Amino acid sequence: MPGAANIVAMKKIVQQLRFEAGINRVKVSQAAADLQQFCMQNAQQDPLLTGMSSSNNPFRPQKVCSFL
Amino acid sequence: MSQDPLEGCRISAGKKSAVSLGKALHPPNLLVVVEGTCGACVAASPVSAPEGSCSYNVAHHHLCVCVRVCMAWQGLQKGETLASLKQESENLRRKLEEERGKLTDVELHQVAEKVETVAALSIKTRRVLKGHGNKVLSMDWCKDKRRLVSSSQDGKVIVWDAFTLNKEHGITLPCTWVMACAYAPSGCAVACGGLDNKCSVVPLSLDRNENVTAKKKSVAMHTNYVSGCSFTNSDMQLLTSSGDGTCALWDVESGQLLQSFHGHTADVLSLDLAPSETGNTFVSGGCDMKANVWDMRSGQNIQSFDNHQSDINCVKYYPSGDAFASASDDATCRFYDLRADREVAVYQKDSIIFGASSVDFSLSGRLLFAGYNDYTINVWDVLKGTRVSVLFGHENRVSRVRVSPDGTALCSASWDNTLRVSRT
Repeated sequence: MPGAANIVAMKKIVQQLRFEAGINRVKVSQAAADLQQFCMQNAQQDPLLTGMSSSNNPFRPQKVCSFL
Repeated sequence: MSQDPLEGCRISAGKKSAVSLGKALHPPNLLVVVEGTCGACVAASPVSAPEGSCSYNVAHHHLCVCVRVCMAWQGLQKGETLASLKQESENLRRKLEEERGKLTDVELHQVAEKVETVAALSIKTRRVLKGHGNKVLSMDWCKDKRRLVSSSQDGKVIVWDAFTLNKEHGITLPCTWVMACAYAPSGCAVACGGLDNKCSVVPLSLDRNENVTAKKKSVAMHTNYVSGCSFTNSDMQLLTSSGDGTCALWDVESGQLLQSFHGHTADVLSLDLAPSETGNTFVSGGCDMKANVWDMRSGQNIQSFDNHQSDINCVKYYPSGDAFASASDDATCRFYDLRADREVAVYQKDSIIFGASSVDFSLSGRLLFAGYNDYTINVWDVLKGTRVSVLFGHENRVSRVRVSPDGTALCSASWDNTLRVSRT
């Protein structure tokens, strides 16, 4: 049955599309506002964004030790 | 709609074998498609059994097949033809576009106009990890924020201490092109895989003298190369993506396939798990230019995005779990919001013509680091859609970029055989 596999595949695609068409969506303005809020809330804790002081960064350039 | 009771189950067959399905699974109109590769030759050929029968002959030893019981096929519904189904699928696609369009009342960058621009970044390379003999294809950070694992085309997997540049472990795989590697959440093991079509888990020993390669254990078996792997919340489960077009969830201890994810129509190149607070989903991207979001428990494809115009090389969730980004050979990176179910930003420039291979977000999600085939890393302002900075240094394609778990550093792996750790 050469056509059978095509029909089965097609049915699966249609079922998947029906499923996807039925999901709940929010407005982009709402979604964008939430994304922005998340960024703002966490901005201060983002070392690559705001930089961090050398003293507590483990990747700081090595200081040379000298004998006293 | 019937379930697929045997989807993804594996049967090893001897010379002649019959698939014996219980009577409950064997209604008269069941279409069984048997596909798999012979252990002796690697030609995969689907064999369909005639309606009503479920037995097949296998002529080779060690034939490992994946029996997929397709949905109970009642035959065509009245009036249904292949043409009418095609028409329906086109109508549904149009409807999907309409639904998504209705909710597009504003663009992300418009909402972000009032936000302060990102201050100039001064991210510099602080460490160069040398030691691989060939292209570094992948890397992953350990949760301890200092160790990382990297894998290379030369078949070697190295575990490094990024602070001291010490190489802590070296694992040799019997294949070249180890495209995927991942650190276990506990930090006690790593997973790696590639052209061997497998993903193996290697427990790491504190004893320097112990040969870790010997303890390597094959967990995942695909019928084509393994392109990506990731542990789930524990060391016990492993998620893999493969060139065979599927993703799969495995139990590490037994090697059993727990769930398989079908839907991509070409090689799957990347996957990423949703941050743990947001539940059991993951996103995958592949050569069919689609990014799919999956439910890990049911195997269902929940959402699908097809905005890219070429292979998707990498997908990564936004830290909140409500969105994800993708990097593609079409020289763009894109940002999708899952609740709005659409693409909300495209990161592109006329001057960027080379494919993007990898993306990762900074801790707050404001910055998107993207590695490209033109040897650079572009840093994008996620909200405004503009480029903030370009990082130079690598002498060949950047294959992977990953921000450390505490957000203090960015590690980039490259075809120039090195990894670089950068920070402000």
